[in-house]
Amino acid sequence: MDTRRGALAVPKVRRVGFFTPTEPPPESSQRPNRSQSGPVEATTSSSPLSDSPSGNLISPVLIPPSRHHSDNLTARAAAPVPVPGPAAFRRYLAHDRSLQVGSYNAPDSLLGTSPPSSNGEFSEDSVSLFGFQRSDSTKLSASFPNGGFDLTLAGRAPQEPETKTATASASEGKKKIAEVSGKSESVTTKPQKEKEPKSMKDKTTKAERRAIQEAQRAAKAAAKGEGKRHADESGKANPGKAAKKPQPKKERPLVSSSVSEKTAVAVEKEKRMDVPQTQMQYDDKSRVDKAKRRAVVEQTETKNKVELFLHLPQYERGNQLPNLSSNFFTLDTIHHAVYKVGLQHLAGDISGDNARCIAMLQAFQEAIKDYTTPPMKDLTMDLTTKINGYVSFLIECRPLSMSMGNAIRFLKNQIRKLPVNLSEPEAKASLCSDIGRFIDEKIILAGKVIVQHAVSKIRDGEVLLTYGFSCVVEMILLYAHEIGKKFRVVIVDARPNLEGKKLLRRLVSRGLDCTYTHINAISYIMREATRVFLGASSIFSNGTLYSKVGTACVAMVANAFSVPVIVCCEAYKFHERVLLDSICSNELGDPEAVANIPSFSTKAKQSKMMDNNKNLQFLNLMYDSTPSEYISMIVSDYGMIPPTSIPVIVREYRRENLLL
Amino acid sequence: MWRRSPSFILDRTSSSPPMAADTTRAPQNPDSISAYYQTRAAHHGVITSEWLSQAQAAVGGVVSGDEHPVSSLNELGNEKSFNVIEEFNSWRKQPDLAEAVAAIRALAAVIRASEATTMMELEIELKTASDTLKSWDTTSISLTAGCDLFIRYVTRTSALEYEDFNSAKSRLLERAEKFGEISCKARRIIAMLSQDFIFDGCTILVHGLSRVVLEILKTAAQNNKLFRVLCTEGRPDGTGVLLSSELSKLDIPVKLLLDSAVAYSMDEVDMVFVGADGVVESGGIINMMGTYQIALVAHSMNKPVYVAAESYKFARLYPLDQKDMAPALRPIEFGLKIPTKVEVERSARDYTPPQYLTLLFTDLGVLSPSVVSDELIQLYL
Repeated sequence: MDTRRGALAVPKVRRVGFFTPTEPPPESSQRPNRSQSGPVEATTSSSPLSDSPSGNLISPVLIPPSRHHSDNLTARAAAPVPVPGPAAFRRYLAHDRSLQVGSYNAPDSLLGTSPPSSNGEFSEDSVSLFGFQRSDSTKLSASFPNGGFDLTLAGRAPQEPETKTATASASEGKKKIAEVSGKSESVTTKPQKEKEPKSMKDKTTKAERRAIQEAQRAAKAAAKGEGKRHADESGKANPGKAAKKPQPKKERPLVSSSVSEKTAVAVEKEKRMDVPQTQMQYDDKSRVDKAKRRAVVEQTETKNKVELFLHLPQYERGNQLPNLSSNFFTLDTIHHAVYKVGLQHLAGDISGDNARCIAMLQAFQEAIKDYTTPPMKDLTMDLTTKINGYVSFLIECRPLSMSMGNAIRFLKNQIRKLPVNLSEPEAKASLCSDIGRFIDEKIILAGKVIVQHAVSKIRDGEVLLTYGFSCVVEMILLYAHEIGKKFRVVIVDARPNLEGKKLLRRLVSRGLDCTYTHINAISYIMREATRVFLGASSIFSNGTLYSKVGTACVAMVANAFSVPVIVCCEAYKFHERVLLDSICSNELGDPEAVANIPSFSTKAKQSKMMDNNKNLQFLNLMYDSTPSEYISMIVSDYGMIPPTSIPVIVREYRRENLLL
Repeated sequence: MWRRSPSFILDRTSSSPPMAADTTRAPQNPDSISAYYQTRAAHHGVITSEWLSQAQAAVGGVVSGDEHPVSSLNELGNEKSFNVIEEFNSWRKQPDLAEAVAAIRALAAVIRASEATTMMELEIELKTASDTLKSWDTTSISLTAGCDLFIRYVTRTSALEYEDFNSAKSRLLERAEKFGEISCKARRIIAMLSQDFIFDGCTILVHGLSRVVLEILKTAAQNNKLFRVLCTEGRPDGTGVLLSSELSKLDIPVKLLLDSAVAYSMDEVDMVFVGADGVVESGGIINMMGTYQIALVAHSMNKPVYVAAESYKFARLYPLDQKDMAPALRPIEFGLKIPTKVEVERSARDYTPPQYLTLLFTDLGVLSPSVVSDELIQLYL
């Protein structure tokens, strides 16, 4: 950690941009999750920065504080970065400034008030695994006018690209811009306000509303003054890269513009929530940096990234947990129940889509119970942003599964549809019962229905093959055994998780006749199988099955042996997107798990050496996709259906979902 | 499949119970003869009277055997069940009436006879009646589908929509009457839809005796289309013979084939037309034995396979393979004395998976197999 801090020297330059001498001292209490080392470090490290020339330059400008997400990043600055030369320094500065001009001021003025809200925007997109991109593009288009506005106002027609290349000489000019931008706050806020009436339900006049907002903003700004900003800046995850590449500038305008319009966009976004969202691409530096600044969980990127999967998060494992768990009692923005679930996801204590989804929903239930609407705020809006914050935290812990995305979408839908005249306790009660109903009906009952359907396909004397562990399949097998069907089970398992062992243990303890084998023997063992039962993480509109890695292999071999493949999947896991390969959306597991073979533990040294080899990358894919032609049947709570009718169910289900 | 498995030897020693269960299963139902196929045969009239009497006796056995569970369920339903089945049988005798329609007419008779005063009571009565019907002949898919469809309609109709119970009841009766007409109309619709697919000079292979297919060919002939028909023989009840005689009456050139000559003559065929006993959720069909192999041959020779089926034959079934259905057995005469040790495969139907079918002509339109499930979901969910 300490070494990392040392490395922070570089990021401080960036930090300067946000430094305002007029700001109140940082409040450590305000900052979540950083109780341990954060505050001290941040203040100390930042103070020298304020002296830096860049800091001076900016001082006259009131630059609003960055959002909370950045706080956590302080410690994260992890990777030691070579300190750039002075030129780089200045250039950097310039970027920063330009960025602020475009973006930060305006948004902050508007939204600086609520850190979660800023988060919210981010997370709302990310609700489903594929949260980010689509919404962003629209956001971009929506927001550009504002950003551009500022710039032009400032008398600086040149757009971001130019500012990027701007060098030290430009810095003075930038200063001016920054000032102007500060002043231009009011101007930028205008367009948002015009849009606001939509979102705000009470009929206050524009002026009133503006006054309220301004007040809130001021309060917020005061509350999370400098400390945060410092933290932000220092926290930039890979400053080295940033320094070398001009991308950060690019990203900022996005952020700022989007943020500025947030309230206005919120309404649109709600409408857009029905539209499927895209996944965040982790090779898109700007977006990643943006996400990182908001992150609660500090992640260090792995050294040897797998090139084909750069668009997926590739982080080191096992180093975040102690830090996070120690922060448990100093939570601020994240409800403790949600935090707990997040940690459990991170540590892998909860695995399995259903379990994760239920845990998440129950955490939300608790969070909603403890929720009180802040004064001057609307429950619908504020709670949504809160949930968004939680969701983005959960994503940081582990990428969401499709099913969780669907569940979150359901919850937000419920929040949005709350009658306006409902009192707060009533609204909360109704939301909690909605969540409870979702868990009962869509997950637990659905499982039971699936079992009933699937058991009808098991005849005496059959050999059922299953892969890995799926709780629905387990239920099916146990129930079939219970009602006296005579059959044999072949459990196929694969490294590194060996989840099948769990299934094996449970089945054998109930007296089922089991065979346990590894996936390498699949072509041999498939001869004896008469049915293949598979679980699913998600099923897409084109019938593609998205499930634990290795499933596709099993399904294809089964198809080659003309053994029917039965996929058991609750309908809430159906997704309206189309998936063609396993590359676009996937999750990467711990690469160490692939590298380390238990029996070779004595050769740990060797594996360490391999670790440092630049030419060696470990790829631990978590999921793969199975094309629909290898699936004979899908058993869902809507009965037994062919993979071709997933879109029908999605359509029906979503309609029903809206009615719920 | 599992018989081939190398570990089967182990299995036999370790877990013999499943094996035993499996072997005892076969002799368990040698006498149960599929009523559905027996009716079909009776309609065709191409069977020996000896066989018919034999079959009748067998059916009688089925009915008596099936009544026990019903009567044990509830006394009230027992006398009614007699009613329903008799009613159903009397409707079934009409050769032009589809089984599903007969079932619905029988259920309509239940409504008429019912003394229920609330919708709920009526529903329960109908439910028991339809359950009796269904259990009376589990092999008939269209019977099950027709019952389900009608029950579905009843449960969707609530008395609240009408002023009182009686108007709702009469509405239901009306609907039941209409259903028969719809089924006749459905054939016309299908025949009209299929005309675009029959071109002059084409050769059509037909398997089985389907009233819809016959209607299609009739309409085509009336439209002065020039085409040739190849009929498979359709052992054991000679459906092809009957169809060819029907077609020759219409002056359509017909050629009769052995069932085993399908592959031989497939290269001169332009399209295959089959009917269906049931259309299942996967989009595949259950039809008279031999359809599957014809579809396979046609598929491998890239000939289109068209299925003509009314929408009331859509059933919420999903067979995974051939043995995944309640077996519909029927007696087969080989003309020679068969040694007792020889087993005879007596199943009357097979399942054709959707990938071997090109299109389905239904009264809902010309559908690709995958749409069937779409329609079913909309119907039943």
